[in-house]
Amino acid sequence: MTVIATESLSKRFPRVTALDRLSMDIGPGVTGLVGANGAGKSTLIKILLGLSPATEGRAAVLGLDVATSGGQIRERVGYMPEHDCLPPDVSATEFVVHMARMSGLPPTAARERTADTLRHVGLYEERYRPIGGYSTGMKQRVKLAQALVHDPQLVFLDEPTNGLDPVGRDEMLGLIRRVHTDFGISVLVTSHLLGELERTCDHVVVIDGGKLLRSSSTTDFTQSTTTVAVEVTDSDTHPDGTAALRAALAARGVATHDDGGGLPGAGHTVLLEAESEETYDLLRDVVADLGLGLVRMEQRRHHIAEVFRAHDEETARAEKAAATTAAAATSDAAVTTAAAASSEAAAASDAAVTPAATDADATPATTATPAITAERTGGGRDAR
Amino acid sequence: MPADSTQIHNIGYRHYDGQRLGRAYATRSLFSQSLRGAYGLGRSAKSKVLPMILFGVMCAPALIMVAVAVATKANDLPVDYTRYAIVLQAVISLYLAAQAPQTVSRDLRFKTVPLYFSRPIERVDYVRAKFAALSSALFILTAAPLIVLYTGALLAKLDFADQTKGFAQGLVSVALLSVLFAGIALLISAVTPRRGLGIAAVIAVLTISYGAVSTVQAIADEQGSGSAIGWLGLFSPITLIDGVQTAFLGATSAFPGEEGPSTGAGVVYVLVTLALIAGSYAGLLRRYRKAGL
Ligand SMILES: Nc1ncnc2c1ncn2[C@@H]1O[C@H](COP(=O)(O)OP(=O)(O)O)[C@@H](O)[C@H]1O
Ligand SMILES: [Mg+2]
Repeated sequence: MTVIATESLSKRFPRVTALDRLSMDIGPGVTGLVGANGAGKSTLIKILLGLSPATEGRAAVLGLDVATSGGQIRERVGYMPEHDCLPPDVSATEFVVHMARMSGLPPTAARERTADTLRHVGLYEERYRPIGGYSTGMKQRVKLAQALVHDPQLVFLDEPTNGLDPVGRDEMLGLIRRVHTDFGISVLVTSHLLGELERTCDHVVVIDGGKLLRSSSTTDFTQSTTTVAVEVTDSDTHPDGTAALRAALAARGVATHDDGGGLPGAGHTVLLEAESEETYDLLRDVVADLGLGLVRMEQRRHHIAEVFRAHDEETARAEKAAATTAAAATSDAAVTTAAAASSEAAAASDAAVTPAATDADATPATTATPAITAERTGGGRDAR
Repeated sequence: MPADSTQIHNIGYRHYDGQRLGRAYATRSLFSQSLRGAYGLGRSAKSKVLPMILFGVMCAPALIMVAVAVATKANDLPVDYTRYAIVLQAVISLYLAAQAPQTVSRDLRFKTVPLYFSRPIERVDYVRAKFAALSSALFILTAAPLIVLYTGALLAKLDFADQTKGFAQGLVSVALLSVLFAGIALLISAVTPRRGLGIAAVIAVLTISYGAVSTVQAIADEQGSGSAIGWLGLFSPITLIDGVQTAFLGATSAFPGEEGPSTGAGVVYVLVTLALIAGSYAGLLRRYRKAGL
């Protein structure tokens, strides 16, 4: 299934070409749109919302043509702009209720969905206070909430981490990941930083000067060695659930690594190599047999920066231009560096697009049985 | 992805599969929210103070006139229905200066406009909702005292047919006034979104144009050029309404020497009024063409 498709899409302003024959196919999941300032990210979003006509080419969102079905598209998608857009003198609740009604929700539904959505983005008591007194992080959450309140199928998030400190940034990225994993809503998220999207996205599209540099699944890079991180609860029979899981897996001949790789929850995280689908089934059975709750099971990805670095090195070797790589190699990097270095390579090799749909199928990061589902349901409710 | 994985992920999040009422409903919601907002309803207590005071000030003279008419068993009201709004135009201007910027400038100043346009609602819906809301708010402000007067007139047992006709003419006149003034004030506010600037600009346009027109009319009256007076009224909103109602709604002109336009000139007044309304509407649409994009 394709969520967003563009075909030779161009947008020319009198003085600049903001988008230059951009062709891509984006499937469900979280897709990062990365590019330096002025690369054309916001312009692309406005075209996809049907708010700004393309100069040339075509684009479809959720199978609807942006040129003719803008209204229908806007009913099904959410949009979080990059700039401030909140009136300071009303509360988050009042504001989001109003926006829900603007999306067509009847008054009662608008109020209920607002309460739910604000809770999901992590705004509690403060939601009754005027927005003017909120921190940047809280304001970003309100902006996200108004984009989600009508339960869209797809959201466009334009630079949602802009202006946030590192902690706020991580929280926002975690939230964005949940928008897909927990809410089942596909996400197109833009950033001018390549590094920050690698853990969040299933797929990354890099554009520069309105041109497609690269479109690749983040799981493509990790297919040879997929590391799975598992976290389980403790139970009365197994006071140390993590140790019990490790022992049980060892008994079945599955090697585990212990450390959490410096992530939160390190020491409570079991890492193992997933060879195939069976590894997931085995994991599921073992956890269920032990009667433990599954807190988290996710694919650990390799850093996109590494991939780009490797990619750049190839390029450099090919062109014997080692100078460019040094800059790119250091980078958790503003995309300009990496992008500039890899542009040649992308042009030379396959700038062709990998359909994300196949990636999604190839990512059984969290398959689970109903038994485990039940466990998690309990845990989830307790947490709230 | 397999279906059961969707299940595990959706814990706590409920999908919405209820009604989505679409564009027309969103437009109506925006209209009612803006109309209520024009009287500070659904907003802070502070925002209610000024519009409510002005509403009181607008109705108070009517209440007094009615009380006097009933008590003295007068055989007519001291003021015509059509004249009431002209006499109290300062109150109308103040109300507009306070509420027109409130109606449109906030969305522009805080860049909320793109959030509307990223929804099913379109630019024309937004403009219509805002235009209709402020026109209605103004109609409530100007028609309420006429209702007071009419009720009083009936209580005082004044001639029913006479009063009803005057009341109806008065309503038509304030309806026209409401749409015209709302359009002008909204357009001014939409092009001056900076805080305070919109208020000043609305007051300035309404009072300066009226001041200039009535001064020049007074001079023309001194010099005995009565015919010029009728045409000069075309250049300010309130004299425009005065001209229309003099020509067609049985009003007595408030121009110097009661030199209101004749029926022929009245047609020009109507056309100019309609052109101004259409112009403000077109101007607003234009203003929002680029908003936030
Ligand atoms: N309305 C506009 N008129 C003229 N140029 C524009 C307009 N909007 C964007 N641009 C130009 O198009 C290019 C892409 O802009 P934008 O999409 O905002 O980039 P990004 O969001 O990636 O930073 C920039 O050079 C910008 O100056
Ligand atoms: Mg941008």
